[in-house]
Order: sequence, then C-alpha cells, then structure tokens
Amino acid sequence: MKRFSWFNATSLTLGFAFLYLPMIILIVYSFNASKLVTVWAGFSTRWYGELLRDEAFLDAAWVTLQVAVASSTIATVLGTMAAHVMVRAGRFWGRTLFSGMIYAPLVMPEVITGLSLLLLFINIGLDRGILTIILAHTTFSMCYVSVVVSSRLVSFDRSLEEAALDLGCSPFEAFRLVTLPIILPAVISGWLLAFTLSLDDLVIASFTAGPSATTLPIKIFSSIRLGVSPEINALSTILIAIVAAGVITASLVSKRAAVRQAAEEREAVRAPA
Amino acid sequence: MAQPSPQQVFAPWEDPNEKPLIEFRGVTKRFGDFTAIDDVSLSIFRREFFALLGPSGCGKTTLMRMLAGFEAPTEGTILLDGQDIAPVPPNKRAVNMMFQSYALFPHLSVWENIAFGLKRDRMEKDRIAQRVDEMLRLTRLEKFARRKPHQISGGQRQRVALARSLAKAPKLLLLDEPLGALDKKLRQDTQFELMDIQEKTGTTFVIVTHDQEEAMTVASRVAVMDEGRIIQVATPDVIYESPASVYVADFIGDVNIIEGRATPVPDDGEGRVNVAWAEGQPPIRGTTRRRFETGQKAWFAIRPEKIAITQDRPEDAANAVRGKVLDIAYLGNISTYHVELPTGHVVKAQTANTRRIARRAFTWEDEVWLSWTATAGVLLED
Repeated sequence: MKRFSWFNATSLTLGFAFLYLPMIILIVYSFNASKLVTVWAGFSTRWYGELLRDEAFLDAAWVTLQVAVASSTIATVLGTMAAHVMVRAGRFWGRTLFSGMIYAPLVMPEVITGLSLLLLFINIGLDRGILTIILAHTTFSMCYVSVVVSSRLVSFDRSLEEAALDLGCSPFEAFRLVTLPIILPAVISGWLLAFTLSLDDLVIASFTAGPSATTLPIKIFSSIRLGVSPEINALSTILIAIVAAGVITASLVSKRAAVRQAAEEREAVRAPA
Repeated sequence: MAQPSPQQVFAPWEDPNEKPLIEFRGVTKRFGDFTAIDDVSLSIFRREFFALLGPSGCGKTTLMRMLAGFEAPTEGTILLDGQDIAPVPPNKRAVNMMFQSYALFPHLSVWENIAFGLKRDRMEKDRIAQRVDEMLRLTRLEKFARRKPHQISGGQRQRVALARSLAKAPKLLLLDEPLGALDKKLRQDTQFELMDIQEKTGTTFVIVTHDQEEAMTVASRVAVMDEGRIIQVATPDVIYESPASVYVADFIGDVNIIEGRATPVPDDGEGRVNVAWAEGQPPIRGTTRRRFETGQKAWFAIRPEKIAITQDRPEDAANAVRGKVLDIAYLGNISTYHVELPTGHVVKAQTANTRRIARRAFTWEDEVWLSWTATAGVLLED
C-alpha cells in the first residue's frame, strides 16, 4: 500500500503548477469577453470569431503550414539518407568528421544559423520568401531527423537487409521493401519532430522570411509588441489543442499496438508447435 | 536424378569423375591484419549435406558468407558449377541462405515472407501461390500462413526461414547455425526434419555449426576448422574414429590423450607400434597406418567408451593398467569413471548402464583395471 505523503503531494502540485499554470491562464483568458487581457469580464468565444475573420493571421497560418509540411518532408528524406549512410557505410576515412558535421547544427546557436543563411541567400540573389524559409528549416531540422533515424538503424538487424539481397533484391529494393517499412515509425517521428520544430521556429524564420511571407510565430511575436490582444490567446489555445490532440492520439495508437503485440506473442508461445 | 539404391553408398567425393558443385581454390580472406580464412581448398558435391564445424571465430561463417556473396575472397577463387562467382552479386546467385537470427521480415506475414524471393523473380501470381503452398506443406506451416513472425513460436519461425530460403529452389542452401536458438529436444527433432527435407528436395546443403553432435547427426561430410584453416574433411565416422590430429580428436567428443614416444614393431606389416608413455609402465600397444620413426613423439588418443573397466586384470588384453577410481559421473544412459593411474594420468572410461538400478560395481577409491584392444585407439603425430 502506498501511503499519502504531504511531501509528495506538494512537490507534485508545485511541479505541475510550474509547467501548466501559464498555459491555463492563457486558455482561460482566451474566453474572456473583455478586450483587456488582464481583466475578466465574463465568458465569450468572441475572439475565436474575430480570429477567423483576420486575413493576416490566416495567411500566416497557411504559410506556416506549407513551410512545415514541405521542410519536414524534405528534411526527412535527406536525414534518413544521411543516417543510412552514416550507420551502414562502416568505417571510412573522415567518418567522425562527417558525423560531427551532420550533428553540428544541433548545438549551433539559431541566431548564427539564421544569419549565415541570410547572408547566403543574399549572396546567391535568392529573394526571401516562402522558399527561403523552407530551405532554412530543412537545413536545421534535417539533423534532428538524422539523429532519430540513425538511433533506430543502429539497433536494426543487418541480416534482414542481407536476407532481402539474398532473395534477389537490388540494394535499393532491399531498402524500399524491407528497411524502410521496419524503420517507418522512427522516420515518422523524425518527420513529426521536424514538423513541430518548423511550426514554432521564430529566430531562423525571422532571418529568412521576406515581406511576401510571414509565419505564425513571427506574426504573433510582432503583434505582441503592439500589446497582447485576446485574439492571440485564442490562437494559442487552438495551437495547444491541436498539439495536445496529436500527442494524445500518437501515444494511444502506439500503446495499443504494443499491448496487442505483447498479447499475440504470449499467444504464440502458448500455441503448440 | 535417380535415387541411389540402398546398397549404393552416397559418396561422390570418392568418385574421381564426379564434378564438384562448389570448389574453393586457395581461398584466403583478410580483414585488415586479421586472416579469417587461410588458403582453403575444398570441394562440395551435389546433394551433399556438408557441415562446417569449428569453435567461434574459426572462420566458418566467413566461408559461408563468401558463398552467399556478402564477402569477397582476398585471394583465390570460388567456383559454383565450374563458374567463378566472385563478380556475381548476392542477389544474382543461385544460392540462398538461412540466417542464424532467421531474419524474417517482421512486417510481412508468413505467406509473404516465403513469397518474397519468388516475387523478386517476376514470377506469375498463381505460380507463386502454388510454390508457397508447396513450401508451407513441406514445413507443416499451412495453418500459420496469415500470421506475422511475432505471432508464431521459435520452432515455427525456424521453419518459415527454411521455407523462405528453399522457395526459390536454389542450387545451394546455406544454413548459418540454423538450430542454435531452439531448445535441445526441439533441436534434435528439427535435425531429422532438416535431413528429411534435404533428401526430399535434393538440394545441396552447407551448414555452419559449432555443435559437433549436430554436425555428426545431419552431415554427409564434416569439415573441422580452426583459425581459418580446414583441419580435416571426412565423413562423421572417420572424423570420430580416425581423427587426423590431436585438435580434431579433442574437439569431437570425449577423448583420453596420452603423450609418449613411438617404437614401431619391425617388419610386421600390420602397422603395430608400441608407445612408451611412462617410466615403469608397459608400453601401450596400438596400430597405425601412419609411419613413425623410433623415438618419435606421438599422441595416443582413445575414446572413453573403448576402455573396459574391470575388478581383476583381464586375461589376453593387449593393454591393461591399474588405477584408482577418482570420480564417477552418472549420466543416466552411461557412467563415466575417472581413474587415476599411479603415474598421475587420469583416464576416463565409460560403461553403458544397460540394466536398471543395477548395483554399482565400483565406487570411489576402488582399485580397478582398465583395458583396451590394440586397435581401440589412434596414434597421432604432432
């Protein structure tokens, strides 16, 4: 039996309060009828309606979504390829240097990444807009994908690929028909990671975005400087809801799959040979 | 191909006109400074069940991976059906492999696993279905066709792996420690099943194993390997009864090895040799087909089951020594006695426990006689 302990209860409350109090305040005030953010004037969904009529926000949201989907997809393809090469190629000259170079952007300050990309785009004469944001986001999220996928590939049984070759696959077919389906969960989580990174990136996007394209984080940040509006609260609440729904769905799906797999394995052991 | 009649023994390696299916010619494989395979020459014939036997790290798996195409020889050539296979990539070889880990594709059902290789050959759909069903019947897996690999037991997985590698009807099937993951009872049943399937399909099998019992059970010939070299290639009975070296004698089964100096009995034509092995003891009398010089160092190897253990000195025994029982290992079907000789040698002798709950004739500290005939052991050189 577990006994109730005041110490545990207090630390639990404090911990959760620390994590979630700001968000709860934000969500509560998104339903505030008053235009003043800090004064409660009754329940209303008015700001959600306003938000849907605000062209600038909707445009920014659309740009953000496009950038996130495009950059995370490109980053997943490139990152998976990089991971495959790094894990499979064995030892070659300069291997440590290569893998270090793939992971370096993880620790690079975003300001430097953003600035260097900005200088590059100016030098090659690329107009800043949605394309430059996609390129910039691909650059930094690729290494996250590569980390996620290569940690899966390290534990991947190499003989599965050899079996595919042995049964008549070309190396590319072996990757497409055997390796990729098996590492798919890692590739998907890499994609999701890249997607969320792109969604909430402010620093790099503000270096590489141009007047023609603004992402949601930039829009929120710049409108905050003119004062917090209840609309922002509403927008943030929607984002929180979307993210929470995604996370809860993902964990339910994987939990259910794990439970079913375990049940089936127990069944297989019990069944006669 | 006609089935050999029962009288006709299957021994293509003794027929000089028979062409080998696989031929290793002076094959060496190095990984950096490490020599995994050292100048191996070897012939394997059609329909053989050939075992590569050795401790881990002896190079047996490397030899097999060169046949599959996952490693290339550093020197020498490997011929399959008279053709050099070095330039042929693994997906173009008429060779299939059953992996130690089975390497079943976890995202595909048993049926799809078996069909995988056939689909790569662009075979027609109904012919694929026919072939897969045939393989499922052969390995008694019909009921499990729709299951995924994690939904079946270890023994069933092993059979799926076998069915998958046999589906393409390869010229040569490679089995890498195929039964290593099974428990002992299942392993023994599966050994007979493997032999049965090999006979039914007429495929040439090459099996890699470190389990000498397994190699002896399934194989038509066994190659004993050590440190990248092949020490002896022979049928299981020859390997056991006439090992080529002390290493082979020691690796296969239980053996007593006594070091001594040989003195051939002159001009007798039967190859009789006396081995002086200890001061004050009569020499061991043995026979050999090898030539020994007088005074040459020799190792006398004798299996424990060929040594009789008695209370009194047996009359007309070619060799008899007196000793004291040091230890008794009761294994159910047999008992092994460890007998210490006055010279300090400890000799193992085995008796079959043919009667149930028989009163044990000897016990610890008993004085006993050990005896064996002149042809019971073998005499080995360095």
